[in-house]
Amino acid sequence: MTDLSKTPADAPGSGPMVKSEGVRKSYGLVEVLKGIDLEVKQSEVFCLVGPSGSGKSTFLRCINHLEKINGGRLWVDGEMVGYRQRGDKLYELKDREVALKRRDIGMVFQRFNLFPHMTAVENVMEAPVQVKRESRAEARERSMALLERVGLSDKSGNYPSQLSGGQQQRVAIARALAMKPKLMLFDEPTSALDPELVGEVLDVMRGLAEEGMTMIVVTHEMGFAREVGDALVFMDGGVVVESGNPREVLSNPQHERTRAFLSKVL
Amino acid sequence: MKSSEQGAVKSGRPETIKAVPVRHPGRWAGAVVIVVLAAMLLHALIFNPAFQWDVVRDTLTNEQIIHGIWVTLELTALSMLMGVVGGVLLAIMRLSPNPLLSGTAWFYIWIFRGTPVLVQLVFWNFLGALWPNLSIGIPFGPEFWSESTNTLIPTFTAALLGLGLNEAAYMAEIVRGGIQSVDEGQTEAAHALGMSRAATLRRIVLPQAMRVIIPPTGNETISMLKTTSLVQVISLAELFTAGHDIYSRTFQTIPVLVAVSIYYLLMTSILTVGQYYIERHYARGANRTLPPTPIQRVRLLFGGRPTPKAKNDVVPGLEGGGHA
Ligand SMILES: Nc1ncnc2c1ncn2[C@@H]1O[C@H](COP(=O)(O)OP(=O)(O)OP(=O)(O)O)[C@@H](O)[C@H]1O
Ligand SMILES: [Mg+2]
Repeated sequence: MTDLSKTPADAPGSGPMVKSEGVRKSYGLVEVLKGIDLEVKQSEVFCLVGPSGSGKSTFLRCINHLEKINGGRLWVDGEMVGYRQRGDKLYELKDREVALKRRDIGMVFQRFNLFPHMTAVENVMEAPVQVKRESRAEARERSMALLERVGLSDKSGNYPSQLSGGQQQRVAIARALAMKPKLMLFDEPTSALDPELVGEVLDVMRGLAEEGMTMIVVTHEMGFAREVGDALVFMDGGVVVESGNPREVLSNPQHERTRAFLSKVL
Repeated sequence: MKSSEQGAVKSGRPETIKAVPVRHPGRWAGAVVIVVLAAMLLHALIFNPAFQWDVVRDTLTNEQIIHGIWVTLELTALSMLMGVVGGVLLAIMRLSPNPLLSGTAWFYIWIFRGTPVLVQLVFWNFLGALWPNLSIGIPFGPEFWSESTNTLIPTFTAALLGLGLNEAAYMAEIVRGGIQSVDEGQTEAAHALGMSRAATLRRIVLPQAMRVIIPPTGNETISMLKTTSLVQVISLAELFTAGHDIYSRTFQTIPVLVAVSIYYLLMTSILTVGQYYIERHYARGANRTLPPTPIQRVRLLFGGRPTPKAKNDVVPGLEGGGHA
């Protein structure tokens, strides 16, 4: 029996990194995503903007299956998220299989979500040791290198409560990178930061983009989207309202709703 | 004066403050009053012949009592072990998405919390009266192995089952509260990194839940130490039963109970100190600085200078870091 969840054209590494076809998601009776169609190409910085409650976080969480979708199809690097298709039937993946796929997708949260009982370097090395069974010595060495890369080699022994918000978010990025992901999801990574700390986090993200990391970024930082973004989608009320090149959409929005939103955040 | 100011500027940082700490005359006066009252109380206790302090002293070294202490400690340790392990398992079952597991845990807790532990102790002890033999075999089919219940469950085991299984029900609720106190973002972050449910629980959630779980567990342990005295109803020779045996023979009830209480007090005091240091250990990362030890606290009470900070209590700085 053939496994149709892998479409031949979308073998890993060749097709789009993320493909979403009519993705729907409801909480109880409330439909939060009402059919999302979009495609994120390899090495692209894909910006997701929209008003509060438009479903940006929900969509991001669907991509690594923290949320189950109720309709449509979602692929990451050619593989269906959360399900396996045989014939015309869908089979739910086991927890273990879902976890295996999440390794390849890094996620950075608005509220950092660092593990408070571990030092910075322990936060970064936790998943490589627990999930990939790397030796502690090797994981520590790689983690130190990652902390150095985000400019925090001197804070490796600090607990999260002993770090500023910007420093915590940079540790969180290093923690996600430690699993060598092929896709990074950022959910408003700078929204909880004081204005003077936003820059240091965006700098790290800019560096990642330059190295060719595929990134989906939910953000209100239009300057970042304009400068670093390759594509931008404006969402409202659970649908994609407008999409295109960030510079074009931001300077010349086609829809009334986009215009209204941008006039508030710009 | 001018030169000292310049000196401070030159060395790059202001002088360390050397001020006279605030005095607390009220505290000293209060302390004196308390000491006098305590002395009066002690006097009343020591010189009251009804207490028969020589009997108390003899009881303290009585062999039966000493043996009882060991049984009490053993029973406390093993029941708490059963309670904690059982409690963690029950809490995990209770929070499981599987309704069969959570329902079973709910039922267990309902039964064991809903009936007196005294009844449970007697129940386990007289299990032999209900089912004289316990056997292993095919359900409702042939038996491969069978043994008399009273041989399988001697008094000590019955006491352990009664106390431990009951404690598990209480610990389950404590552990569940601890697990639920951990921010959901923690589980989410761990799952997003590809960690399994089990690894997330063991490495991320439980260590953080510990901070909430430890204090009530300490209380449970101290409470258990004293609850073990209930096994007197099934005549297990722990500390209280030993005392009971002695005063039923000698009728020196009060002095014997004073001696027994002295031992209970001693043991609970040791547990309290242990609990304190365990709590300190699990406060790691939660507080920017660790709380002072009791000795440091006493010094602070009387206006002494604060003790130096522990080595890894790094004061957070916004400086440094630098950009990538
Ligand atoms: N677990 C949940 N249960 C019920 N409703 C939810 C849940 N999570 C999100 N929602 C609802 O779904 C809608 C979309 O939420 P989502 O977090 O995706 O919005 P968002 O675009 O990320 O907004 P924000 O910019 O405020 O983060 C909101 O109306 C929210 O109330
Ligand atoms: Mg959001």
